[in-house]
Amino acid sequence: MSTLAISGLNVVFSTEDGPLHALKDVTFDVPERRIVGIVGESGCGKSTLINAILGLLADNGTISGGEVLFEGRDDLTQFTPRQMRDLRGPRISTVFQDPMGALNPVLSVGRQMINIQYRSDQSKEQKAARAIEMLKLVRIPDADSALERYPHQFSGGMKQRIAIAMALMMEPALLIADEPTTALDATLEVTTIELLKDLQEKIGCSVMFISHHLGVIAELCDDVVVMYAGEVVERGPVREVFQHPSHPYTRRLLECDPARQTERTRILPTIPGEIPDLRARPRGCVFAARCLDRHEGCDTPQPDIVVAPGHAARCNLAGQTAREGAGA
Amino acid sequence: MSEAASNPPAATARSSELWRSLRRLLREPLGLFGLGLVLLVIFGAIFADFLTQWDPTRINPRDRFLGPSGEHLMGTDQLGRDLFSRVLHGGRIALYVALVSTAVSLAIGIVLGLIAGYGPRWLDNLMILLFDAMKSFPTVMLALALVTIMGPSLTAVMVVVVLVNVPGYARIVRTQTIAIKSSEFVTAAQSMGASTTRILGVHIMPNVIGPLVILASMDIPVVIAIEAGMSFLGLGVRPPTPSWGSILNDGFAQIRETPWIAIAGGVPIIITTLGFTFLGETLRDVFDPRLKGR
Amino acid sequence: MLNYAVKRLGLAVAIVSLAMFLLFCMIYLVPGDPASVALGPRATDAMKEALRIKMGLDQPIWVQFWHFFTGAWTGDLGEEVLSGRPVLDVVLEQLPFTLVLIAGGISWSVALGIPLGCWAAINRGSFADRLVGVLSVAVIAVPSFVIAIYALLIFAVTLQWLPAIGAGEPGDPGDQLVHLILPSLAVGLGWVGYIARMVRASMLEVLEASHIRTARAFGLPENMITYRYALTIAILPTITLLGVGIGQMLSSAVFAEIVFARPGVGKLVYDAILTRNFPVVTGAVLVTTVIFVLLNLVADLIVGALDPRVRSSF
Repeated sequence: MSTLAISGLNVVFSTEDGPLHALKDVTFDVPERRIVGIVGESGCGKSTLINAILGLLADNGTISGGEVLFEGRDDLTQFTPRQMRDLRGPRISTVFQDPMGALNPVLSVGRQMINIQYRSDQSKEQKAARAIEMLKLVRIPDADSALERYPHQFSGGMKQRIAIAMALMMEPALLIADEPTTALDATLEVTTIELLKDLQEKIGCSVMFISHHLGVIAELCDDVVVMYAGEVVERGPVREVFQHPSHPYTRRLLECDPARQTERTRILPTIPGEIPDLRARPRGCVFAARCLDRHEGCDTPQPDIVVAPGHAARCNLAGQTAREGAGA
Repeated sequence: MSEAASNPPAATARSSELWRSLRRLLREPLGLFGLGLVLLVIFGAIFADFLTQWDPTRINPRDRFLGPSGEHLMGTDQLGRDLFSRVLHGGRIALYVALVSTAVSLAIGIVLGLIAGYGPRWLDNLMILLFDAMKSFPTVMLALALVTIMGPSLTAVMVVVVLVNVPGYARIVRTQTIAIKSSEFVTAAQSMGASTTRILGVHIMPNVIGPLVILASMDIPVVIAIEAGMSFLGLGVRPPTPSWGSILNDGFAQIRETPWIAIAGGVPIIITTLGFTFLGETLRDVFDPRLKGR
Repeated sequence: MLNYAVKRLGLAVAIVSLAMFLLFCMIYLVPGDPASVALGPRATDAMKEALRIKMGLDQPIWVQFWHFFTGAWTGDLGEEVLSGRPVLDVVLEQLPFTLVLIAGGISWSVALGIPLGCWAAINRGSFADRLVGVLSVAVIAVPSFVIAIYALLIFAVTLQWLPAIGAGEPGDPGDQLVHLILPSLAVGLGWVGYIARMVRASMLEVLEASHIRTARAFGLPENMITYRYALTIAILPTITLLGVGIGQMLSSAVFAEIVFARPGVGKLVYDAILTRNFPVVTGAVLVTTVIFVLLNLVADLIVGALDPRVRSSF
């Protein structure tokens, strides 16, 4: 059973210049106890996806189709705000990108960690003890006195570990990590990733890990979902997708990854062109305008082609070019 | 990006921008309402002599404390003077003080602000301290202290307004000057050997003046309140010159017996301050959204 | 925190010193001889000369300034011209009335302004939000003395719900409170608007912050997010604003004291000007300025105490 099974999810924002189709037919699974990486350029709809799952879309955004099946029973798109709120925190929790701003600046860390346990009828002392236990687990030095302190008294890396501690404190079934290491430097990134993997195994939750850092995804994740302009263009097991990328976008993304550059060049390769205007989506493939393999077949809506077990790509050429076009 | 930043905005782009902003202003009901009130006050002040045949200063002992009627639209005061006529002519005084003292404040504020922003560091610090100290006098206390020296007069009112306004304007000009001083187009002008006066006049002034005029227009209600307030205390215009503040004072003395005098003095103050405020707020939002919530 | 407090205090002392200097310059600029102005046209030359020496006007200007300056810092603001009582005593006697009035004004503005601003921010874009916006602008725009006179006319003269004049019977808190309602409303009404706007704006900003998103992602109740996570941050700028506001409320208090015939510093200065009692004018202006600067200082220190970020950034 999957912890989260998203199928055909569509999200539309109404804007002054007409409707903006931010997510189109998004389909993927987050299986139990697995870590699924979501990768894509900024503006590809990663944040909208998180907000749609959490029921925190802005007022002008609506889910116009599809379902989000949580733990095999509940379709979150049918939940009332009240039901969604009860789910957030204890069952689905989130670590956001910006460790500096993620904690309330005028409340002590302890106050905030106790507040998020407001549903529990334990005593305040028990809640504080639970908070200290979690801080120890994420290796905050001097955890016993940390509750008294305010966020600005911790470093960025420590703040992010506190945020992780808060997210896992209620032992959720699903952890959504939104680029949790992007703002950290390289050494901190490695230790934070290791910590996250450690805790995931200990608690036994599923993780949806959003990142644009392909190396981190390869290191940490079991499966990967590649997003482009609000669509899932390719998904599958990490090893399979990275070794046999079947969508031209995934191939370009892999070519542009700095960690994969074999030659020393002064200029990092980028993909020429821009993401299409989501208010006027092309009828055919969303990537066509920037694709090197473009042909007539790209002007019609693209099918999801299964190229290997659990590995699918939204490209009419998938399966034909996949095996020979593999990246290094 | 740096291309665009190195050139001041083009004049043609500005005038079409102006038209767009004006059209947006006409779509805002509150701004339109404010504009209507302001035009009403200006109309009344300009055509005061055509709108009523009464002399605002002529004393008529037989017609004291007459209530509003067809003949005296707003009634008469304790000296039998026609209140409608006094209100219209009082508008002239209010608008005169507002225009003259705002213009003077702007001129002085711009000069001081440019000096502080472009001058040496020590002078800047000294002037900032001076502006802060000026602002640390409560307005009425400043007015009272000043009238002690100068005696009550219209000039005293205007000096108070200037002293109240200048520190604020100078600070804004200073901040903008410092921001623009280090921008690319000024550095470019300097490197081509432009003189300080040229840089101040050609490059900095046009960028400073827009936001400043909007802010000054938003201060007009404050100026009108200062004039009316000082005249109410008997520290502003001298009798028998009509001012809304002095009408209000006449009415206040008789508020139990003849409340219409106080109403005649207060309503134009409310109309004018509301009108200018609604108009100013809308203008600011339309022309320069960045100034919002200052 | 201590470091921050010391720096802020230094700035306050500099501003007060400068204010004293400016005030002294103003006294010196008074046209005519303060002694003869004070004594009136019928005084003899001998009387004027005696008063000149008593007021120290025969000394060189820098000696006069030094006396004024050192005297002012030690609380010696000179003596009232006619009765000879120390000015400081006269001012301090009236000060509590004014402070109570301002405290009343602040109570109105906080009690109405914070909930209104918060309410408008939560219901952003609604009719209620727009209405609060327009009303805020309106009460800011209309001068407080007009509000005072109209409040007097409506509630005291026409409806006769509340007393019109005085500060109430000494020793009768209930009576004093009833006498405080209208004047303090006149003083505080404009600030209801300022505070409502300020709280609304900063509330909207805080609600966009990522820690609020985090709080939502943890499913915290909306009430807890609004009042404990957002409002506690959103009212911080309001406290600084109130520091400035007290200065403007001092101005409004002068009018309110005159309109409602209440004792207080404002009425004291006004009467002193009419009787040309200059030492009282300068003394009272100086005392109110010091209070104003002190209150700004206190407001900044309170923000420093409430907001852990401000403390450490200094």
